[in-house]
Amino acid sequence: MPLELFRKRKAPQVPESLVDRGFLVFHNTSEVIWAERLLKSNGWKIAVKGPPPEIRTGCDLVIEFPLMEELNISRLLRENGTPPIKAVPVTDPLLEPVDLYKITDYGKFLMVRAANMKICIEKESALIVNVSGGGCPDVPYLAWEMVGKTLQEAPDPALIGQTLCGYALSLAFEEGRRLCSQ
Amino acid sequence: MFAVVGTVPRENFPLVSGKVLVDGSEIAIGDERVPINRGTPALLAAFERTAKTLGLESPFAYLAGDIGRGNGSALLYQLLEDDLPSRDFSGLVLHYIMPEIEGHRRMLKGVGGMKKKPFLVADAGAMYVGKMAGLASRYDLFTPDVGELAFLADEAAPHPFYTRGFILHEEDRVPCLIERAYRHQNAPRILMVKGQTDYAADSGGILGTVDSPSIPALEAIGGTGDTLTGIVSALVSSGMDLVKACLKAFQINRFAGQLANPDPSTQVDRIIEHIPEAIEKAEKTGEG
Repeated sequence: MPLELFRKRKAPQVPESLVDRGFLVFHNTSEVIWAERLLKSNGWKIAVKGPPPEIRTGCDLVIEFPLMEELNISRLLRENGTPPIKAVPVTDPLLEPVDLYKITDYGKFLMVRAANMKICIEKESALIVNVSGGGCPDVPYLAWEMVGKTLQEAPDPALIGQTLCGYALSLAFEEGRRLCSQ
Repeated sequence: MFAVVGTVPRENFPLVSGKVLVDGSEIAIGDERVPINRGTPALLAAFERTAKTLGLESPFAYLAGDIGRGNGSALLYQLLEDDLPSRDFSGLVLHYIMPEIEGHRRMLKGVGGMKKKPFLVADAGAMYVGKMAGLASRYDLFTPDVGELAFLADEAAPHPFYTRGFILHEEDRVPCLIERAYRHQNAPRILMVKGQTDYAADSGGILGTVDSPSIPALEAIGGTGDTLTGIVSALVSSGMDLVKACLKAFQINRFAGQLANPDPSTQVDRIIEHIPEAIEKAEKTGEG
């Protein structure tokens, strides 16, 4: 029997207007209220909601936010001392971020892919020679900032990226660093 | 005439629209210039080079600066809603833009106001939001790589970042992923899947493949998917049969890569330089 049949589960039906939204989950209600104030004062379009059953943690509130901008929003919350426990898509709160890496060895170069993002590194110098993939508008910006710099010199996409593509690139970047330090 | 919509990675780049020309290593639109390195400028440069070689019209473009905060994308969505109903573009190529449902809805409202529906191509963020909105079937052509195809095939994923692992494991089985994307209505009229083997497909199955010349380094080079989207858009703008245009574009992109003799550190502008020669080679060999 195909593996897929075991994994099939019915995702909650959500209105079309919510398919690009996510939920930020926190430890307790006071963190939610604090995070709500912080995000609203920074101009984010967010809303406090009751969580769906799949992600109830005891806290009875979550923050609905623009999912594509998860990296930027999570960074702001972290810098202000209230990182969320996790961020999940409204469409299916049980979905997990990609955690598979694909490595391509070109001999002199190594390419690391995480989700839709790829980073290519010259092994000997640790120089980032190319960034490819992705579709959010921070990808060409990140490529511009990173290509031609070494893994040590390049800005971390987790710090200057904004979107889920930036997040995926930060995973590939970290994996590239790990592989090149071995 | 075809119009291309996308962002450029400069925060202070204004919202502009107009005909695009390639000038050395930059594209020029009005008084603005943008380096051709990757993303929408690479798509536009490939479109323009193909069009010029074949004696076709240069593309029109709507561009805005956006480094990922979504501000330039919001301006583009608004402009498209307002401006498209007065235009008669035969094709619209949507590219790097923040995947945002409300903006996408407004853009489609603008398309709906046009006298004749244009041929709709989507790649990058525009393809993500088309699938996310459940409106992939409104489009004529998507140009995913294999990883993005897995996202289209995963009916639950709102972004490639959330593609489920058991589907990603299927990457070596492109025909299965194509079938799954169509089964869940997350694919357009034609899918052009770029990879080790390139596939053109529709809801009935595989329409054609191209697998030579094989240049593994191309996958690592940022912008080689953008050039493919630019080339196929130019070919479709000529009135060429859609499936023929897809297969020919695969061939031209591969030949341009081969002529640049690349390694993984090659930058895409060097490949774009070879597009005229690649077109000639594809004509001579009769491939594609």
